Amino acid sequence: MQSRYHQAYAALSAVVDPELDEPITDLGFVRSLVVTPAGNVKCSLRLPTSFCAPNFAYLMASDAKDVLSALDWTRRVVVELDDHHDSEIINAGLAAGAGYRGTFGHEAEESLDDLRETFQRKAHTAAMERCLTALLRADPQQGESSLGEVRLGDLPDDDTTAALLRRRHALGLPTAPSDLVMVNHEGSGYSPGDVPIALRRARSTRISIDGNAHFCRGLLRTRYPEEPALIPKEGALR
Amino acid sequence: MYRKNDTSYFIVDAHIALWDARPENQRNIHGKQFIDCFYDYHRNLSPESEVWSYEEYLYQGGERLMKDLFDDGYVDHAIFQPAYLGEFYYKGFGQTDEASELATKHPDKLTYNHNFDPRNGEAGLDRLRDDAAKFGLKGVKLYTAEWHGDSRGWRLDDPWAYRYFELCRELGIRNIHVHKGPTIRPLDRDAFDVADVDHVASDFTDLNFIVEHCGLPRLEDFCWIATQEPNVHAGLAVAMPFIHTRPRYFAQIIGELLYWIGEDRIQFSSDYALWTPRWLVEAFVDFQIPEDLGEYAPISTDQKKKILGLNAAKMYDIPVPAELQLPSAGEPAVGPRGADNLVGA
Repeated sequence: MQSRYHQAYAALSAVVDPELDEPITDLGFVRSLVVTPAGNVKCSLRLPTSFCAPNFAYLMASDAKDVLSALDWTRRVVVELDDHHDSEIINAGLAAGAGYRGTFGHEAEESLDDLRETFQRKAHTAAMERCLTALLRADPQQGESSLGEVRLGDLPDDDTTAALLRRRHALGLPTAPSDLVMVNHEGSGYSPGDVPIALRRARSTRISIDGNAHFCRGLLRTRYPEEPALIPKEGALR
Repeated sequence: MYRKNDTSYFIVDAHIALWDARPENQRNIHGKQFIDCFYDYHRNLSPESEVWSYEEYLYQGGERLMKDLFDDGYVDHAIFQPAYLGEFYYKGFGQTDEASELATKHPDKLTYNHNFDPRNGEAGLDRLRDDAAKFGLKGVKLYTAEWHGDSRGWRLDDPWAYRYFELCRELGIRNIHVHKGPTIRPLDRDAFDVADVDHVASDFTDLNFIVEHCGLPRLEDFCWIATQEPNVHAGLAVAMPFIHTRPRYFAQIIGELLYWIGEDRIQFSSDYALWTPRWLVEAFVDFQIPEDLGEYAPISTDQKKKILGLNAAKMYDIPVPAELQLPSAGEPAVGPRGADNLVGA
């Protein structure tokens, strides 16, 4: 049986930065985590700059509160965002359970669902490109146009493929070995003539995501040089 | 001018600032947060030998700027792209008087662009008229993430923004530099969304839209828009220093830009004083796309010359010695081609 502290940390690892498509725990965005014997939890988050997009910041902080609250033993859950230009607004909104619109008032008109969906699509596109480009690099003789015919079952059993399957699952796309790898967010494939340009587009998406992740990690290290990412020790009791 | 291996490069630094972020100019905590964010960029992406102290970073002054750019930095001509940020700094962030006076004193070396905010309504339009006459404006720098009372930002396709672009057209302000970077609101949208550039570039085909930081966090969206709008250009501010910290990532950015929008629409800048041009120019001339990134063609010397200066010189009618000029290339293979049906790719 994991300690409650580990359970809380594991729950937080399900929260991803939508932009970077990586867990906030891996990114070092979890600054501190305290679990009391009574089951109260306090978690502080931090971001690479004071001016990181406030809607994304809110999204991650509210997701963190949700996953912690969903554990069956937690009582009072407090999530706070540190050192952000909108820390006060976001922390007050989270404490009050005000929701996104309640938190930002007149500035927020829509929900964040569309934004989340956009980034799930991008994450899928990038994961797909990583798999296909890996095939191309392994066998440069293979023509780009033929990639439109590759099936999930043709991919090696590795982390890159596993990541693609997770992304497909998030979008509700099929994951059987006989399904095409190269599909858009609705699951449609591409004609051979469209494959090269679609692959190029997917590549630029992947480069954006990878680049942002490098940049954000680097900035976080520069901003908090004395505070490395929080990683719970095996068997630590808190 | 930078010269290496008997080849000369005409250098235009297309995005520079003369800022004042000293505590006495900070209006509130956000003024400090803003310059601290810049300083973290600077520290994180500079070679160790080029890192300034925090004190130096807060304010440089004209003399230091002239030395860093023109004595040490190989720059032939530089263009001020000032951010106002009046909600964060008493006298604003970019120093209008100091920078414009410097440009008046060195017209062969400096061009002063100013800014506007469409939320200033009619009064702002009058102001823009006056500013155009006073500074002889050829371009403006727009920072859509600027705070303004209760508003935390605006969009290029807002109706009032259109009034300002119509006036730009009338006043001969042809070059619209747009910052696409952190804190862009409104909130509900993707913070770095470049879709508004698409609309405005289609509606004002006689204006140039230079997307600074080449819309980096959304490089793919930017490239897609730029392929379809021939008046959209990529500014390399903030992308350049990756040449040192992340050379392979930098290679991919350049590879993508050359592929999608071509060699004639990319502009070098140091984003001074975020970084200084000397090491960036040297590194870019020595730079090559690694061979194992086989999806990109190698970058040629002529392409480097265009990016380092000829492209911006052409846009701003900056005289270039005849022997250094180069003809334009054809449109890239992926130019406007009705491929919008691939948008879901």
